[in-house]
Amino acid sequence: MSAGAGAGRGAGGIVRGVLRTRSGRLGAALSGLIVLAALVSLVWTPYDPTQVDPADSWAPPFGRHPLGADRLGRDLCSQLLAGARITLAVAVGTTALAAVIGLALALSAVLPPPPVARGVVHLVDVLVAFPLLLIALVLAAVFPGRTWTTVVALGLGLGVQVGRVTRGELRRVLATDYVLAARAAGAGTGRIVRRHLLPNVAPTLWVQLSLTAGVAVVAEAALSYLGLGPPPPAPSWGRSLHDLQPYLTLRPLVLLWPGLAIVLTVLGFNLLGDGLREAADPHLRPAPHTAVDGAP
Amino acid sequence: MALILIRRLGLLLVSLLVASVLVFAALRLLPGDVAQVIAGTRASPEQVDRIAHQLGTDRPLVIQYLHWLGGVLSGDVGHSAVNGVSVSGELGQKLTVTGPLVAAATLLGALVGVSLGIVAAARHRRRSGIVLSVLSQLGLAVPSFWVGLMATTVFAVHWRWLPAGGFPAGGWNEPAAAVRSLVLPVLTLALLEGAVLLRFTRSATLEVLHADYLRTARAKGLTRGRALLRHGVRNALLPVLSVLGLEFASLLLGAVVIENVFSLPGAGQMLVTDVGNRDLVKVQGTVLLVTAVILVVGFLVDVGHHLLDPRLRDAR
Repeated sequence: MSAGAGAGRGAGGIVRGVLRTRSGRLGAALSGLIVLAALVSLVWTPYDPTQVDPADSWAPPFGRHPLGADRLGRDLCSQLLAGARITLAVAVGTTALAAVIGLALALSAVLPPPPVARGVVHLVDVLVAFPLLLIALVLAAVFPGRTWTTVVALGLGLGVQVGRVTRGELRRVLATDYVLAARAAGAGTGRIVRRHLLPNVAPTLWVQLSLTAGVAVVAEAALSYLGLGPPPPAPSWGRSLHDLQPYLTLRPLVLLWPGLAIVLTVLGFNLLGDGLREAADPHLRPAPHTAVDGAP
Repeated sequence: MALILIRRLGLLLVSLLVASVLVFAALRLLPGDVAQVIAGTRASPEQVDRIAHQLGTDRPLVIQYLHWLGGVLSGDVGHSAVNGVSVSGELGQKLTVTGPLVAAATLLGALVGVSLGIVAAARHRRRSGIVLSVLSQLGLAVPSFWVGLMATTVFAVHWRWLPAGGFPAGGWNEPAAAVRSLVLPVLTLALLEGAVLLRFTRSATLEVLHADYLRTARAKGLTRGRALLRHGVRNALLPVLSVLGLEFASLLLGAVVIENVFSLPGAGQMLVTDVGNRDLVKVQGTVLLVTAVILVVGFLVDVGHHLLDPRLRDAR
């Protein structure tokens, strides 16, 4: 991703800056936990997450099954770990797609000659109003039961929003003296984009992308809950909640785990975004008159 | 002002047109042959052709689009491909559930979110302010359908205060039962909106807190609270209005999920069922209607913004 290259110079600095903020530390810890869970699930889960064992139907937690088992005797802990993989895959895929679309839209809204650029701006304004989940629903109606549908739908919808914010930031940078100076010195558009635009919009972009990842996680869970997410054998958290809902009256506890997993993941990405924002913006660092959590 | 109004109206119309093209294109161009889907895999080519002719899908796409758009403009969104029911008729009936649900949740979420946001900003250094801000952070991360499930567990299953889901068969002819069945869905929906608005109002108010005019108001002898209410909140709430417009859109979409959690027979539940049945004509109509509502609300919020803000009102 080009944004990564742009931010590459200061990547170490950004990481240190984020870890210096309280929300950044908490966010990094929570996101790290989910990444770890997903990685561990690749090589080991307590049981096969799809393995049915009638003898263990509704097995209690903290026994043979760390978090208990569902009606079919499938291990809930293994499902949760494997679900982290799907959640993370959708979040990363969506965010990458949103970054590409957002950057492309933002750049084509500021760089080409005015008539084209203005057209792109209007297009983005119209598309932003177009509800994201509806795009996903429509795509799910058209191509049911595929993981990439979810990623494409969410990536498109969120990419437009990223594009709108990035466009504003690009316009600000384009008007700065150093860009004018570079242009006067004969730098071409490509060079200005690489040397000045991308590195300078990178902080805003990273904040946007980390919030995008959070939105993607909630949206994927909601779509899976509605039965429109990644297809059945995949133990997505949203689907688990859907499958467990009929037993709400009998086993309310089992519904707790997938929900908590979603909350912690989203919280992780959101806090990471807050940390990035604080690290990038010196005005937001904890100062006597701002709050400890450094809200925007 | 009139000029701005006309320009916004123009943008609204263009947006509606683009939305209609997008909705039409997404559902007509992508799925291959609608007639084939309806006829099933075992249908003979003649059967498929006949269905295509009935649906009009054998005509050029532009004609199909104009035909559909003409229908939409005269209030006829088409008929369900599954049971032949008029889409606009069924939608109108479903909106008697979705409408009150969304309206009540918007009002409740806005009231609670904005007032708590102001409190959180005014007390941002005290414990109560910090607690509020942490709560809003949590409220943002919690998926609303899970809150719905948990609320059902506690209030409907454990304490049996409220129904776990469903809507009285008589609809609004049984007002007490109808209201009771909407309490949990409304609270669940309002929670997310409240959290977003709390967070936003808090940061908007915090920004205003250090404005010069607030210091002037204090110098004139107003107490901190009165100065904030008289001068600060008015300025802070202007951007909040825009967020409220955006939130309305996510609330409408949240209703799609929440109606499924509480098995409410509203437009959202209908939409998901139709998507499952691949009833594309109905999905098309519903999606267009929801998008139109969102675009119109966005337009109204924008106009309201211009009316309320004297700086924008006098702008050209």
